Amino acid sequence: MSRIDWEVVIGLEVHAQLNTASKIFSGAGTAFGAEPNRQASAVDIALPGVLPVLNRGAVERAIRFGLAIGAHVAPTSVFARKNYFYPDLPKGYQISQFELPVVQGGEITIRVGEGDKAYEKTVRLTRAHLEEDAGKSLHEDFHGMTGIDLNRAGTPLLEIVSEPDMRSSAEAVAYARTLHALVRWIDICDGNMQEGSFRCDANVSVRQKGATEFGTRREIKNLNSFRFLQQAIDFEVQWQIATIEDGGKIQQATVLFDPDSGETRMMRTKEDAHDYRYFPDPDLLPLVISDDWKARVQAAMPELPGAMKARFMDEWGLSAYDATTLTASKEVADYYQSTVSAAGAALAKPCANWVMGDLAARLNKAELDVSASPVSPAQLAGVVARIADNTISNAIGKKVFEALWNGEGATADEIIEQQGLKQVTDSGAIEAIIDEVLAANPKSVEEFRAGKEKAFNALVGQAMKASKGKANPAQVNELLRKKLTA
Amino acid sequence: MPPASTAAHTMINASLVELRRALDARQISSVELATLFLNRIAALDPQLNAFITVDRDGALAAARVADARIAAGEGGPLTGIPLAHKDLFCTEGVLTTCASRMLSNFVSPYDAHVVSLLKEAGAVSLGKTNMDEFAMGSSNESSFYGPTKNPWDITRVPGGSSGGSAAAVAARLAPIATGSDTGGSVRQPAAFCGITGIKPTYGLVSRYGMVAFASSLDQGGAFGASAEDCALLLGAMTGFDARDSTSLERPAEDYAAALAAPAAGKPLEGLRIGLPREFFAEGMADGVRAAVEAALAQYRALGASTVEVSLPNAKLAIPAYYVIAPAECSSNLSRFDGVRYGHRAAEYTDLADMYGRSRAEGFGEEVKRRILIGTYVLSHGYYDAYYLQAQRLRRLIAEDFKAALTQCDVIAGPTTPGTAWTLGAMADDPVQMYLSDIYTIAVNLAGLPGISHPCGFDAAGLPVGLQLVGDYFAEGRLLATTHHFQQATDWHQRRPECAR
Repeated sequence: MSRIDWEVVIGLEVHAQLNTASKIFSGAGTAFGAEPNRQASAVDIALPGVLPVLNRGAVERAIRFGLAIGAHVAPTSVFARKNYFYPDLPKGYQISQFELPVVQGGEITIRVGEGDKAYEKTVRLTRAHLEEDAGKSLHEDFHGMTGIDLNRAGTPLLEIVSEPDMRSSAEAVAYARTLHALVRWIDICDGNMQEGSFRCDANVSVRQKGATEFGTRREIKNLNSFRFLQQAIDFEVQWQIATIEDGGKIQQATVLFDPDSGETRMMRTKEDAHDYRYFPDPDLLPLVISDDWKARVQAAMPELPGAMKARFMDEWGLSAYDATTLTASKEVADYYQSTVSAAGAALAKPCANWVMGDLAARLNKAELDVSASPVSPAQLAGVVARIADNTISNAIGKKVFEALWNGEGATADEIIEQQGLKQVTDSGAIEAIIDEVLAANPKSVEEFRAGKEKAFNALVGQAMKASKGKANPAQVNELLRKKLTA
Repeated sequence: MPPASTAAHTMINASLVELRRALDARQISSVELATLFLNRIAALDPQLNAFITVDRDGALAAARVADARIAAGEGGPLTGIPLAHKDLFCTEGVLTTCASRMLSNFVSPYDAHVVSLLKEAGAVSLGKTNMDEFAMGSSNESSFYGPTKNPWDITRVPGGSSGGSAAAVAARLAPIATGSDTGGSVRQPAAFCGITGIKPTYGLVSRYGMVAFASSLDQGGAFGASAEDCALLLGAMTGFDARDSTSLERPAEDYAAALAAPAAGKPLEGLRIGLPREFFAEGMADGVRAAVEAALAQYRALGASTVEVSLPNAKLAIPAYYVIAPAECSSNLSRFDGVRYGHRAAEYTDLADMYGRSRAEGFGEEVKRRILIGTYVLSHGYYDAYYLQAQRLRRLIAEDFKAALTQCDVIAGPTTPGTAWTLGAMADDPVQMYLSDIYTIAVNLAGLPGISHPCGFDAAGLPVGLQLVGDYFAEGRLLATTHHFQQATDWHQRRPECAR
């Protein structure tokens, strides 16, 4: 049997919780973690006679998203009822959008992989629609009964559906990460995956390379971390290939990922699928979005990551990799831009190196977000500037950075001053140090003269050590060589 | 001291204008007036069954507040006036059952918009009236609390679904009452009970707190003996409500003021009344035809002209309605699942069983029938053939009215093909009952306002109603037209035996 070359096909459905203060169809609050059923109004618990009223803030966020991905923002869209019975669905239907969603089409460019193998790809979006979340059923702590918490019922969601454009779990994760960064960037969703503010469903199928038809897909539900997304897809792909190669057929189904076993497991097949009996909700008028409203949302739109990345490359000469990394999140981009504006555009590149290098590493070690960095952009800019103007060496720069991190001073200059870290550039002083070092290390001098270049480095090291790191390394090099070859 | 019996009789049959005058002149207090009607309810309702809940304590408390407002000179047109609410308007602290076992234990924690508007106006709610279960029916026979009887003949139905409100006003258990009209549920019982009832333009009265049957058709309405009483009540019920997305944002109208124009010899001079050919063609009972023809002659005598118009698609109104209304109701009634409030079966094995038993026990036969029809027509593969097709018919029907109303100012015809039928007569034939709403249903599909006023009696002595339909927001014109008719006739002053 010849080995078959398989192609993986993935589409994602993401539920992004919109960060409005109140619910999509009622005035109840949306904050996470309230006592059960304390953020549920008469509308949310579906008392007899209550009616929904659309939250304009939710619509505005949908418009912002649509504009950010270059989609068609529908001038008229329609809310529909999706009918099914479940105890945490108080009305017996979910208000969603079905035939006419508010956002249609659009695309997102992702960067996949690292280094030389990295490539860019554009993922097309099918649609994004507004809908309300359901409540929660709590199956523990109620002695054989089920508790219902309706705090989440009516929370606004934007369901973002991609085309089946992704061909690997890496692409799926890159897409999910880019989308996650975007919704936070344009401030429509807090992106908190632990709290369920950003949940992914992955539709996965496989087919022979070159085939034109898609294989039968299975949908993996409710993946709430990028790691699980990757693991679930990888497992699912292997399982589907193994099943087909063993002569089996894939049945359309909805599956769940078990993070403990790392496996996906069948939840229901297409045969058990509900007939949701969608129809336009007669309690809500069609959603009309005027050109004027769109224009106002567009005017308030922040610079988007794609545009910012291009600007970093064009104006500041950053590499594609650096520009992508620095625009991966709004917080990093903000930090970086503030640093550059304090240090000057000429230092954009060393600023980038510091933000992506020492700062990122230090934050990572301390498990801190960039927005909580103890070293401010202005402070970091001070370090970069002092290195650039030769006041300190790069090595001393790291020392100053650490001192700033520990709050030993308010500015790089203050720390350099107080701790006497200013670089020694006085040739006389450096020569004096070199003379001492040469006198104390006759063996190394001899070795160098015998042609061992390595001995030279040892002497440089001794000289730097003797200057407590403050001597200008380039000058040390130059003067030492001059003396040894004189 | 309660008023003497002749004075009491006068108060019972008085118009709202007369009651207002008596209250303001301190001839009677609001407490006395409420007591008078409460006592009539106590005496007559065991036979009529027009009320599901009588709120004696609440009524007297509200009447005391009204008396204080009147004494302070702070009253409005309805301050101290008793009324009754159809039992699908949510009332804080008072049972709201929709005449269903499902909600037989439901006490609303909030007031419907209409209820709070009338409370603010100082009206005194006597209680909640009987109705067809969840407003589904044309006879009040689908009530979990038993049928209301027609005050003109207690072997007959009062019509429905707002039959309790209509019977209460006809029997003078309340001077005025609220109702709701999805396919004729105000106009048909008004006709059967010999009173006046108006269903305004869709969106004029907020649906917030009015338990939904079919959201795109439901509209609150008003019952009174006369157009004048209806104008005062409707005026207090309308107004924009941000909690209802279909509520229309337009300035409130003073319907009562519009009636005040002096009655000239020919007050309806210039009014063009359209008579739809299709409504007069066939199916109308002889007694109804005779009364309606006589009323039209009266309208001509008042100066109006009549012109034949056509509503070619009106015959499709019933099939379209019996797709759209059940579709919406099947979804609207899903919230009654026994989980959070309402009836829950005493015993069940699992979640599906709990739903099944609770709903099987909680809903009556007609409600179940409509939920099943609605579920069917919305199902995958049937949606286009039924629901979308019905919506297309709905547009055609609305266009028919639009075209007809270019040729006339109001459209007139019988409210119903016949008069009140005997209790149980249609029990085995729901379709026959559906057909009795043939003249009213099209008006809901178009969202237009309609009024029914008494225009005579048939050979059995049962009231006949005439329906006027106007263009959107023509409530003032419908009320004024009816008012002029009522100035010249006394059909609206006829009372059943129990109120004479």
